[in-house]
Amino acid sequence: MTSAGIANKVAIVAMGCTQFGELWTSSTEDMLISAVGEALSSADVPLADIDAFWLGTLGSGQSGLTLSRALGIDYKPVTRVENYCATGSEAFRNACYAVASGAYDRVMAVGVEKLKDSGFSGLLRADPPGDGTAPEQSVTAPAAFSLLDPAYCAKYGVDPAEMRDAMTHVAWKNHRNGARNPKAQFRSEVAKEKIAAAPTVAGRLGVFDCSGVSDGAACAIIVRAEDAYTYTDRPIFVQALALAAGPGRGAVDPAYDFTTFPEVVRSAADAYHQAGITDPSTQISFAEVHDCFTPTELVLMEDLGFSERGQAWKESLAGDFDADGRLPVNIDGGLKSFGHPVGASGLRMLYEAWLQLRGDAGERQLADPHTVLTHNLGGRPGACVSFVSVVGTDRTR
Amino acid sequence: MTNAILGYATYVPGWRVDPRGRGNADRIVASYDEDAVTMAVAAAGAVLDRSESMASRVRELAFVTSSPPYLDKTNATTVHAALGLDRVAAAYDTIGTGRSTVAGIRRALSGGETLITAADVRTGRPGSADERSGSDAAAAVLIGDPRGSSPAIAEVLAYASVTEEFLDRWRPATAPYGQTWEERFGFERYAPLIREAVATALDDAGVTEADHVVLTCPNTAVTKRAATLVKGTTSTQGSPIGFAGAADPLLGLAAILDTAAPDETIVLISAVDGADAIVLRTTDALVEGRQAAPIASTVGAGRTVSYPTYLSWRGLLDVEPPRRPEPDVPAASPSSRAAGWKFGLNGSRCTACGFTHLPPMRVCRSCGAVDDMTVVPLAGSHGRIATYTVDRLAYSPSPPVVDVVVDFAGGGRTTFEVADAREDLLAVGVEVDLVFRCLFTAGGVRNYFWKARQRVDITIEDKS
Repeated sequence: MTSAGIANKVAIVAMGCTQFGELWTSSTEDMLISAVGEALSSADVPLADIDAFWLGTLGSGQSGLTLSRALGIDYKPVTRVENYCATGSEAFRNACYAVASGAYDRVMAVGVEKLKDSGFSGLLRADPPGDGTAPEQSVTAPAAFSLLDPAYCAKYGVDPAEMRDAMTHVAWKNHRNGARNPKAQFRSEVAKEKIAAAPTVAGRLGVFDCSGVSDGAACAIIVRAEDAYTYTDRPIFVQALALAAGPGRGAVDPAYDFTTFPEVVRSAADAYHQAGITDPSTQISFAEVHDCFTPTELVLMEDLGFSERGQAWKESLAGDFDADGRLPVNIDGGLKSFGHPVGASGLRMLYEAWLQLRGDAGERQLADPHTVLTHNLGGRPGACVSFVSVVGTDRTR
Repeated sequence: MTNAILGYATYVPGWRVDPRGRGNADRIVASYDEDAVTMAVAAAGAVLDRSESMASRVRELAFVTSSPPYLDKTNATTVHAALGLDRVAAAYDTIGTGRSTVAGIRRALSGGETLITAADVRTGRPGSADERSGSDAAAAVLIGDPRGSSPAIAEVLAYASVTEEFLDRWRPATAPYGQTWEERFGFERYAPLIREAVATALDDAGVTEADHVVLTCPNTAVTKRAATLVKGTTSTQGSPIGFAGAADPLLGLAAILDTAAPDETIVLISAVDGADAIVLRTTDALVEGRQAAPIASTVGAGRTVSYPTYLSWRGLLDVEPPRRPEPDVPAASPSSRAAGWKFGLNGSRCTACGFTHLPPMRVCRSCGAVDDMTVVPLAGSHGRIATYTVDRLAYSPSPPVVDVVVDFAGGGRTTFEVADAREDLLAVGVEVDLVFRCLFTAGGVRNYFWKARQRVDITIEDKS
């Protein structure tokens, strides 16, 4: 199940991203204006020149009006997109297809989420009326993802203390990276002792094993690849876009063992096929992945093909995915440092690809990155949607 | 009378509280997710478990309680659905305590097969005698025409009732706990009524003196002096666990049936606003027909819940909840469409490939076959923990929530909350049973569904 893809047909020519955090003084509208404004001025394109818009938000507004009213868009097509925590990526994916189809010259993908107005901890769900039996309604996200930890230990014979160290390393690494990112919600390093000793939220997941809850927005302007250089001398090209929505089989199938996301494996295979990637761990310069919880990142390293099965915990501990490792992961700080404003996260990952590939990442700039993978996951082990993109500087790749 | 007792079972919840902090937690209390409906399901389900053909024979379900979760809506229909009874089996509520239970027995003696399940959550005012000496529990009996596969375990020889109006104990419909007049006043009124009812019933039965006497009454002055009022040649007993409202007469009867020999006579006396006496004679079939776990074995086994936590379970102490939204109201139409799953715990199995779906699905997850499923009832089934977690963020009336992914012996997997969770005994592979509980209440709607309960060797729980 791979798609032909649209490799090298479209390019990102501008991006914008707000500060992420508890933005008590900013509304959804404020964040949209801020992110979109940054992108428009970066490309020196007026809003009126954007032909169509895709807005990703889980719950900060409904319909395209959320964007058109905020920005004063005059009678343009604006589509609101929702696909769980992959919502921002999904807005981007659909916007790219619209340009690739030839329907539009210039489109914008915007993602936004205002989580901190609810007054609650964690993410809220807006479920349709139901019979009150769905486990997703009572089992919180940290509880659902905490199942990965004991399952992984059992399958690969990992000592729980060593697994704890590996999870701690993920949190330590991502906070360390985030400390070097002025737009992150949390911008300080956290000592490993503090991470390991934090109060538990669910299973063995402590506070530092969970991504934060924040507000934020990010956006991208997408044009045909051949037009890209008229907007910027450093565009980035979309080489692969893949999405897999699972049948929810793991949740009901005793054969599923909670050590992998089949949806990620499938979407990664599709993306690698589209981009012509045969050895992801050497061909990808760095990856932005969905580190919603620390064991998620460990499992993703294996599902994305960066580590062999059962090796990610060890390689993560050895520093393979650190900023100076063989394949930096979440160099911008990830969900751990940015929090997870659902609709914005996928575009925030692409924003880091944008900065790094253009050499604009400041003190966390990596040496000569050329190909970046972003990965976004929505749902939970057993039933999820997974998005993988590959973007790069080289259109001929 | 041809109808007889065909089966019985009791349900004693697993929690004990020590309201006075004197080091003896012996007050039997239901968990926060239990109520009269869920306990009635547990007791009645245990009766039906004795014989596979039993459920299909039930013509009427009588649910008796003085603590109904709902008024206006019939509670017995929930019990009916959880037991998977046939839709032509009637289900009726009978609201009241012990006297209503006796009414159910009397009615059943002349009708079709009737399953009477009586349950009560008896909440006492903090500091009261009811709080110390009452009990939350359930008991059920099946009454009907004896047949080869379900013979009489006890025959009813006679019964008598005397009624009198006096104020011994009362509880306004909306009050969480009741009040009593001076106990000695009640004793003076009850004593002659009890003597009269017993004398009449024994006379009708042609029995001079019964082997066993069980006297249940909410007035402790009466139960303390039971032996001075009426005596059995072998035993004279009160409630086995402390007055349990509607369940008390059946609990008293069950305690005797647990140990009585065949061909012995029993007088069951319920003194509640009058007195009822029922004379029974046990049969040879009793030995085979006793409930699986005698009540005495369950009374002594339980885990202590702290007094403040218990008070919060009963809504008498308002504690800080997790910073999470309250859950959505279970909606009427989805709950109705999913009734087989939500109340009956029925999954579906693909006829083409055998894959089991929990909840039932129309399209097979494994082979894609459409609408080619058979119903798989799982309520009496058991499974093993595939993986587990303790959720400290989730909303719950009593955090934390413990969740388990359960794989069933005959195929199928789903996620459940754990009832009466033992965090210290969570492990992959641990066996779990399925129990009917109330997940939460939202908008006044009780969200009934099934939970997993760890199978724990009862000896581990014995109080030291």
